[in-house]
Amino acid sequence: MKNKQLNIQQASEYFKDGMTVMVGGFLAVGTPERLVHAIVDRGVKDITLITNDTAVPDKGVGQLIVNRQVKKVVASHIGTNPETGKQMIAKELEVELVPQGTLAERIRCGGSGLGGVLTLTGVGTIVEENKRKISVDGKIYLLEKPLHADVALIKARKADTAGNLIYDKAARNFNPIMAMAADVVIVEVDELVEVGEIVPDEVMTAGVLVDKIFCVEGC
Amino acid sequence: MKAKEMIARRAAVELKDGDVVNLGIGLPTLVANYLPKGIDVMLESENGFIGLGSVGESTDSNLVNAGGQLCGIIPGGAMFDSAMSFSLIRGGHVDVTVLGGLQTDQKGNLANWMVPGKMVPGMGGAMDLVIGAKKVIVAMEHCAKDGSAKILKICNLPLTGKGVVDLIVTELGVFRVTEKGLLLTEIAPGVTVETVKGKTEADLIISNNLISMKNVS
Repeated sequence: MKNKQLNIQQASEYFKDGMTVMVGGFLAVGTPERLVHAIVDRGVKDITLITNDTAVPDKGVGQLIVNRQVKKVVASHIGTNPETGKQMIAKELEVELVPQGTLAERIRCGGSGLGGVLTLTGVGTIVEENKRKISVDGKIYLLEKPLHADVALIKARKADTAGNLIYDKAARNFNPIMAMAADVVIVEVDELVEVGEIVPDEVMTAGVLVDKIFCVEGC
Repeated sequence: MKAKEMIARRAAVELKDGDVVNLGIGLPTLVANYLPKGIDVMLESENGFIGLGSVGESTDSNLVNAGGQLCGIIPGGAMFDSAMSFSLIRGGHVDVTVLGGLQTDQKGNLANWMVPGKMVPGMGGAMDLVIGAKKVIVAMEHCAKDGSAKILKICNLPLTGKGVVDLIVTELGVFRVTEKGLLLTEIAPGVTVETVKGKTEADLIISNNLISMKNVS
């Protein structure tokens, strides 16, 4: 079996100017902080960032916004990071706000070979602007299209060397669906064990979806 | 009693034993503190679990509510990812949601996610909750800080959902959204109908069975 482990320098070689990156986490809970730091350190620019929220200025993906590395963000909430709103109003940052459930489904579609999803969410609001409406059995739905990324950075509590993952409580959030929706999936884990030590029934994300494993210091 | 406590106390009466409930951030979160005796509900937290409980002694930074605050999870709770969380919400598996509001109106519209040119925090999970939960309760102070009405004939802020609100609870009364318009069913102790009308832009229908607001005295 090929070795999926890499160090932080090797991980950062995947970060390129203009990349589209998905980053797991909800208000930075469940965000792979060290991988995000590596993007900051590498200084890549013009990123399209797909993430639930832009966290706070000094945590999670909030740092990428403060560091002005992001060209466009696709998220459901930006209110906890004042810098996002400031750059948006100054037209320095494009922000696409997506209802949280729709964001999750668009990512799921991107990783599941689906051409989109029909949802009632946003009908009758500005979210429906420029979207196709489709009537099914008398109900009007919005067509929401898939999202896909060059790289997904996700966080798990534990991996085996094949990349099978277990998440920790509310730190799961967007991580499992993002693990399906990118060309390269890099996971940051707190603990790495041998294959076989995680029983198949407990695996939350199958190792075949995970390309690279970065284990934090001391694991 | 403070306005926020009154609102939370009254909204809590709407919850039934066994309900799956999602409480919005801010005032709605207080509703959990005033559940009537014998009423147990399962609180859904849209960041990915059911069985939200009080924080107790927990210092676990991976166990937080949808506002990012440390919390607990009760025995029988369950964790899941964001896609499952919103499948529960949109799929009709949540009985009641209690949300705050910037504006609501007599058509049951709700605006609570942005003020153009001033504040654009984003909708988070609110747009999914209002179309998915079986019952949508807006729990908010009756007027804005500047004294202007928040219960309008028609919302002028960008909507969170169209025709989605079932019930509005404020510190002045309880308003049911009906096909004929907004029905005042309960009024706070010591408040007159004229006062309520004066602080409400929407047309009000006064219930023939108008009673004193429940659970606030």
